Amino acid sequence: MPQVTLSVNGTQMTAEVEGRTLLVELLRDRFRLTGTHIGCDTSQCGACAVHVDGALVKACTALALDLDGADVTTIEGMAGADGTLSPVQQAFQDHHGLQCGFCTPGMVMAAAALLSENPKPTVAEIREYLEGNICRCTGYHNIVKAILAASGQPVDDLAASVA
Amino acid sequence: MYDFDFAKPATIAEARAALNSDEAQALGGGQTLLPTMKQRLAAPGLLVSLTGIAEMKGVRPTGDGQLVIGGATTHAMVAAEAAAHYPALADLARRIGDPAVRNRGTIGGSLANNDPSACYPSAVLASGATIVTDSREIAADDYFDGMFGTALEDGEIITGVRFPLPREADYQKFVQPASRFALVGVFVARFSDGVRVAVTGAGAQGVFRWTEAEAALSADFSRDAVAALAVPDVEMISDMHAAGDYRAHLVRVMTGRAVAAAR
Repeated sequence: MPQVTLSVNGTQMTAEVEGRTLLVELLRDRFRLTGTHIGCDTSQCGACAVHVDGALVKACTALALDLDGADVTTIEGMAGADGTLSPVQQAFQDHHGLQCGFCTPGMVMAAAALLSENPKPTVAEIREYLEGNICRCTGYHNIVKAILAASGQPVDDLAASVA
Repeated sequence: MYDFDFAKPATIAEARAALNSDEAQALGGGQTLLPTMKQRLAAPGLLVSLTGIAEMKGVRPTGDGQLVIGGATTHAMVAAEAAAHYPALADLARRIGDPAVRNRGTIGGSLANNDPSACYPSAVLASGATIVTDSREIAADDYFDGMFGTALEDGEIITGVRFPLPREADYQKFVQPASRFALVGVFVARFSDGVRVAVTGAGAQGVFRWTEAEAALSADFSRDAVAALAVPDVEMISDMHAAGDYRAHLVRVMTGRAVAAAR
């Protein structure tokens, strides 16, 4: 079988894979990084979102072999080595940006990608950027609030602004 | 998804050679093909990824007022790099799917698939663009051939698309909110010698030019000129999301909005 080598959260990792092996299968089943979730497996929900060479990608809709040599960051790579949460993760905790938590890894990866492209997004820009991330608990309000907070912007007026 | 062999050539010539088999299928960003294969609606024996071909990526203005976009250029890259040259096209690319889809999906993949609700076909047809393949050039008017149909031969690769730059243009998309495809999308492009109007998401045979609107707008580029027209006499898609007569109505509304917003 062909081999694929990725840098995953800063560590070089190699595996033999089939042509059809998806990035999310490689991460979860082979590298045992199960923080990246499979929600819909049809590229709708975004629970599998990771960063590939810095760009947000749905890992259920990318072939492992197509990404040979890429630099992949998953939710496991977001916190510091000592367990210190990233600013986005800390904001999700502070503002209760999750209910059941299933969509959260993808939400955090999407939020981090957004803030790297647009450090001070508006509420409308946050909501637009999250179009490909679905929260089945429909807890969007606090997710938006957390991302706004992670960008260093005030959140006190949020309830009134999006009512 | 059934298993397959995988190849990732670095040049167009290598890709063409790899595709020279009945079992082979070209792969762009995979945002349509991979879901299709998961459903076992397609099962190629060999996938040939085109995303490793450097000469097929990027946005490049030509000396004679046109814009060439490589076939393997992602929607995100078009959104970022075409903005200074063709704002309406960049704006269209910026609203395809969602951010993750835009980071993988490619213009060549979208055009080779010719989904009847995809955004790019409207821009290509309204701009009078040219599809450049590994073996020839195809005018937009000769390229689209019904729902999911194109003039491409088996194994032929879209290496790029050449867009003439209009004086002003705009794309208006009525989004189907679940899929984020166009329920109806209208691209209006005004050139010095006339106006072209292309409609996606609506026609039962895929993207089409609304010639009555083109004639009216070429004489009078105004929203009123659109409002005075009958809805297009074209067989419309009619499904659970929108009946055909509603889509026809939306075509006129979105055309008017595009004229008003054109810049």
